[in-house]
Formats: sequence, structure tokens, C-alpha cells
Amino acid sequence: MRRALRDPSFTIGALIVLIVVGAAVFAPAIAPYEPTAANLRSRLAVPFSETHPLGADAIGRDILSRIIFGARISLTVGLVSVAVAVVIGTLVGLVAGYFGGVIDAVLMRSADIQLSFPFILLAITVIAVVGPGLWKVILVMALTQWVQYARIVRGQTLSLREMEYVHAARGLGATHARIMFRHILLNALTPITVLATLGIANNILLEAGLTFLGLGVDPTIPSWGGMLADGRNYIERAWWVATFPGLAITVTVLGFNLLGDWLRDRLDPRMRT
Amino acid sequence: MVTFLLRRLLQSVFVLLGITLFVSFTIRLSGDPAVAMFQGSSAPTQEQLALIRERLGTDRPFVEQYVDFVMGALRGDLGTSFRSGGPVSAAVVARFPATVGLALAALAISLVLAVPLGVLAARRRGSQVDLAIRVVTLFGLSFPNFWLGIMLILIFGVQLRWLPPSGYEGPVSFVLPSLTLGLILASSTTRLVRSALLDVLGEQYVVTARAKGVREEAVVYRHALRTALIPVVTFVGLQIGGLIGGVVIIEQVFAWPGLGSLALNAISYRDYPMLQGTITVLALFIALINLLVDLSYAALDPRIRYA
Repeated sequence: MRRALRDPSFTIGALIVLIVVGAAVFAPAIAPYEPTAANLRSRLAVPFSETHPLGADAIGRDILSRIIFGARISLTVGLVSVAVAVVIGTLVGLVAGYFGGVIDAVLMRSADIQLSFPFILLAITVIAVVGPGLWKVILVMALTQWVQYARIVRGQTLSLREMEYVHAARGLGATHARIMFRHILLNALTPITVLATLGIANNILLEAGLTFLGLGVDPTIPSWGGMLADGRNYIERAWWVATFPGLAITVTVLGFNLLGDWLRDRLDPRMRT
Repeated sequence: MVTFLLRRLLQSVFVLLGITLFVSFTIRLSGDPAVAMFQGSSAPTQEQLALIRERLGTDRPFVEQYVDFVMGALRGDLGTSFRSGGPVSAAVVARFPATVGLALAALAISLVLAVPLGVLAARRRGSQVDLAIRVVTLFGLSFPNFWLGIMLILIFGVQLRWLPPSGYEGPVSFVLPSLTLGLILASSTTRLVRSALLDVLGEQYVVTARAKGVREEAVVYRHALRTALIPVVTFVGLQIGGLIGGVVIIEQVFAWPGLGSLALNAISYRDYPMLQGTITVLALFIALINLLVDLSYAALDPRIRYA
């Protein structure tokens, strides 16, 4: 732990993530205004004033308050989508790598197809049909991204299942489930943790992009992508409407990327940069 | 080589069939386009609906429609737009150069920046320059591309008025959107060039070349970089999909007349043949680039033989 604190990647990354999580959890207590309260008197109010530290948008909503509440959306999407993808991917990867056969073949072929179908196009197709919405976006991400985790776990399982200690466990009469979860999964957790941390950063960016296109979360909910779409329309008159939510996304994603980089360096010396 | 080429082509064909099947099936799930066409107007009668279904061909079984679509696509016919009544392929062909031009310009910018910067960082590993490049590229990985685009518009389009802020007003309009995508792609590519080159610089044949007294420049550029570029080419190939996804978003930021805005408009008008055609063409383009990437390995690495 002391070594971790001396690494700027860890300290800065962890600090950023803590601040964003804090903002999301305590949003109602720390936000100066209701995030959805319009106030025509402060339309496009300039930033760095006493009333609106980061200015106000076209219908007078306080930008700082909206950014604080927007953290809830970004974190929910990032964490939940990755968690679901990791759980599905790990289970499928374990079973495919451990037993091989048909499920393994199907997994690898679907992974091939998926690698050549960019997420945005897939999301556009699916959301054109099911319509936008927070949980639909999370579901689309989880259902398209579990494959990458499955591939990693499968690869680890393939190499681990022939290890001496696994043979020993089998000889001692351990069940398949016990071998998979106790002996193989624990050793496959390292690459999964790294990939998942970087995945959170990636999905926060994806959600903001989809919402910006009008294919993500409901525009009436304060979200960073939605605020940017708003701000794009006022770029010639009010630079702050688009600038601050974009900074919020960048800093948050940077925090998760720093943590992911640090984890990779710590957990896997071979991948050290 | 011929066997490899055939196998690789066959694989591309399967991938494309998989994608088009998925897209057609998903769109088909969205409900009856005949009903969608009457949205906002008075409720249609059953006869009207049946007539439209027959005209659109949506009254036939899914498999038949899909086979029809594929056969048509092979002849360059992507169907008829629900909205305009014109051929989808004409609209796609008109928009194709704007999107692909943007993607290729971004790719070129990213490589022009990433290769020299990656080499520099690798050769001065652990120095201030290396650290600076690491920090800057980490920021580059964390920017939302559309926000970077908006900021570039703000600075160069609105404040300085050097470049057109949006739309297409001649070649100069390419600068801001391709720079947006290129800078972000350059960040990840720079990091990869750096680590790939560091790997190769430790290899036996590089050590041998140095021991023989080959000049450092020649060691890096003639011996090491060529091999180091193989994972970079793979990576760039894998990024093409993400780059096209980025183009779709960036087109929206810059009001760019490309395939991305065509697809997004198709969604809002529920123009499913247009959506299907646009996505098929984008997927085809991505598959083609990936094919070229695979074939280019042979040129870079003499050890690879397509037996």
C-alpha cells in the first residue's frame, strides 16, 4: 500500500475516482441547485460568478449541479455494464475453456464476428429498434462486451487446466465446479481486473457518445453526454455549456485509465510499459 | 498464398453474412414498417396496410426477404428508401466519399504523429520526453472525441475564425474533423509503437546488429522498426471499426454530410432499408480494410509465409 501511494498513477487515479464517486453518492447534498430547475433569469449565465460557479445553460439550469448529478449516470453505466459483462464473460469463458467442444467453437466464432462489427454501429441498430434509455444502453454494452472477457478467461483456463496443481485437485476428488472457481478462476482474475478497469473508462465514453447522438439516456435526465449535445448548439455564444461537462468526462475517464494502467503495471510485470 | 487468400476471403464473407443477418433480423423485430409509415397521420385501414406491405415486400417470410437483400446487394442494389422512394445505393454512394475520406485522413494524421513520437519515446525511455509523451497520450485516450471536436470548433472556428466550424465548404473543411479523430487515434497508436519497439530492441538480432557496429539510426529504422510495425498494423486494423464509430459521432458534431448522419436520420424517420444499407456498406468497408491489413503482414515480415 505504501508503494502504491508513491506511484502518481495510483494516487491521482484513486483521488479522481473517489471524488467522482463522492459527487455521485452525495449529489443532493452538495449540488447548489436542483439539476433540472430552469430559471429564465439566469439563462446562459457566465461562469465563475457567485451564483453559478460554472455558469448556466440555455434555460438557466446550473451547470455545476448538473455535472454533479450527471456523475450518477456515467458511473452507473460504467460500473453496471462492465460488471454484467464480466460475470457473463467469466462464466462462459470458464466453461468453454474447461470443457472445450461445441460451446468453445461457438464462442470463438461469435467473437470473430463481433470484433469486426464496431460497437457504435451495433448500438445504432439495436437502439433504432428498442429505443433509447439508460438500462437499454447498459444492456447493449454488457451483451456485446462479455465476449472480450470470455476470451481472456478461456485462454487462461486452457493453460491452467493442465497445471500440476489442477491435476492434483482432480486426483483428490474435487468437483468440476470447485476446480473451475477455486483453482482456475482465482488465477485468471488478474487480467480481468485490468481489462474491467479500462472497460469502465471506455463505457463511460461510449455512453456519453451515444447520449450525444440522442441514442443514450433520456435527455431530460442530467447526463454529461446530454449536456454536451446541448452545449454544441450554443458553441458560438456560450463556450461554458459544452466545455465543463466535457472536462468532467475527460477527468473521470482519466482517473479510471490511470488506475487501469497502474493495475496492469503492478499485476502483470510482462505488460509493464 | 492462394489458399490463404481464399480462406481469408471466405472468412470475410462469413463475417459480412453474419452482420447483415443480424442487422436485418434486428430491424425486422422493430415491428411493422407499414404501421410506422402512418405515424402522425390518421389510422390506416387494413387494406391500406396490406397494400403497403405488398409494395415494400414486408409481407413475405423473413428468410426470403433476407436472401433477396443479399442477392440485390451483390448486384449493387440495396433496396428502396421508405422515405424518399429512391434507391438506397444512390444515397449511400453519394455519402460514401465524405465518410471514408474523413476516416482515411484521420488514419494518416494518426500515423504521421504516432510513429515518430513512439520511436522517440522508446529511444529515450525513462527520460522527460518519454514521460511527457506518456502523459499527453493518456489524456488523449481519455478525451471524448466529440468534445475534442467541439473544443477545436470553439478555438479555431469560433474564436480565431481560421477554419470553417462545420459543414462541408471544400477541402479545408476536412482539417478540424480529421484532426479530432486523428489526434485521439494517435494517442493509443503512439503508446503501441513505443512498447512494440522496446520489445524488439531487446531481441537477439538487434543486439547482433549493434555488436556488428551498425549505426544506431540504421539499427532502429532498418532492423527494429520494421518488425515493431507488425503489431502496430494489426492494432490499426482493429481500430478501423472504432474509427468508423468515431466518424459517425464526429459527423454529427461537424454537420458532416456522410454515412453516419445518413444512418442517424434513417433511424429518426424509421427508414429501415436506408439504415440496413448504410450499415452494410460500413461493415463491408471495415471488412475490406481488415483483409488488406492481414495481407500486408507479408510485406512487413519476411518470416510470415502463407503456406
